[in-house]
Amino acid sequence: MKNSILLTACASVAMMATAALGEVAPGDVVFDDNGGVPVSLTGVPGDPANGQKTMINRKKGNCFACHVVSAMSDVPFHGLVGPSLDGVASRYDEAFIRGILVNAKHTFDGTIMPAMYVPATLPRTMKKFQGTTILSAQEVEDVLSYLETLKE
Amino acid sequence: MKNITLSAVIATGFALVGTAALAEGQPPAEIKPLVIDGINIVAEAQAPSHMDIPAIYSGWEFRAEETQVLQLDDFDNPGMLEVDAAREAFNTVDGAAGKSCASCHEGGPEEFKGLAAVLPRWNPDQNALYTMEDYINYCRTARMQAEAWPWGKTQLNGMVGLLNLQSRGEIRNVAIDGPVADLWQQGHDIYYVKQGQLGMSCSSCHEENYGVRIRAEILSQGQTTGFPVYRLKNAHLNSVENRFKGCMKNMRAEPYKPGGPEFHALELYVASRGNGLGIEGPSVRN
Repeated sequence: MKNSILLTACASVAMMATAALGEVAPGDVVFDDNGGVPVSLTGVPGDPANGQKTMINRKKGNCFACHVVSAMSDVPFHGLVGPSLDGVASRYDEAFIRGILVNAKHTFDGTIMPAMYVPATLPRTMKKFQGTTILSAQEVEDVLSYLETLKE
Repeated sequence: MKNITLSAVIATGFALVGTAALAEGQPPAEIKPLVIDGINIVAEAQAPSHMDIPAIYSGWEFRAEETQVLQLDDFDNPGMLEVDAAREAFNTVDGAAGKSCASCHEGGPEEFKGLAAVLPRWNPDQNALYTMEDYINYCRTARMQAEAWPWGKTQLNGMVGLLNLQSRGEIRNVAIDGPVADLWQQGHDIYYVKQGQLGMSCSSCHEENYGVRIRAEILSQGQTTGFPVYRLKNAHLNSVENRFKGCMKNMRAEPYKPGGPEFHALELYVASRGNGLGIEGPSVRN
């Protein structure tokens, strides 16, 4: 009995960790026909400064491994695996970019870009990452809010 | 830079309408001759017919000049220190049988000329796929009655380096049919499966994006003709299967066990992607 109460408590904490109140849970994201996600994942406006931190953090977005952002050239070594993000907000609307962040594989068939807000279920996923997402819902919104500043 | 952005945008456009073929990597910016102590090493060749890309390149061709030069002279190659230790071990008695490697192999390490070019291969006596490490540890346990050397550690990597060195410049030609056909297919499947939280396969980087800058590095084709590899990053010789382990961890995937059946199958498959390139191990990389 005690164990089951403990388990229930743990489960609630885990649920809170993956989907806080008012958040769209990773499995519940609704895409439009272009792969875009029109609705905010949290309803809380993104924080561009935290978005930049999330992009730099190699255990979070790690965006610079593959993308150039000229406005952040103080961050060393931008990779060229993916397209430059300069002016991305002039090329794509907010919903489309949110869709790419949530699951780029949904937008671009065969892309190497990891899905940032999809529970990890692929073969051999390390135990500690199983079922987790690379970014939280708010981190997606934060990164998006920074990318929205990249206009040409 | 503008061209890259433009081509990426065009590629994106194709992807949107769903007609994009998978991306293919880019050749090295400049092909240089790889000559080590007077021996010419084939570092660029036509890809084997089982592959979907036109040409194969040694990882050496993708490295920066300051890394490349370290491999051109054995006195500059820091991996040779572990090879020198292995040369000593070759002549040192170990184990209950009172033998050294040299007790049986009286011709010295030179007896193994050519072997690295055809490994991994099927060992009919043991009914198993054998890598160089397996041959060394078979000798140590069965003939010398000594302990097997642990996988991925300096003694074993150094001895693999010493024996691979005997095949310097020989053309890799591993068999992929006959008794290894199923293992080769298994290795092929591991190479192409998307795995880990990052959802990438070996091919995502080493087939679709070789020659492309990822952070400060240029992605190579993941060729194994330069193994064991002295990495400047960790300052020791690294085995093929330990490198696989590092790659899988980067993908947030649970690695297979170095020396185990899955990585053996993968080592065979990846080796076959280098059929036609010259053996150059121990090499120097980032």
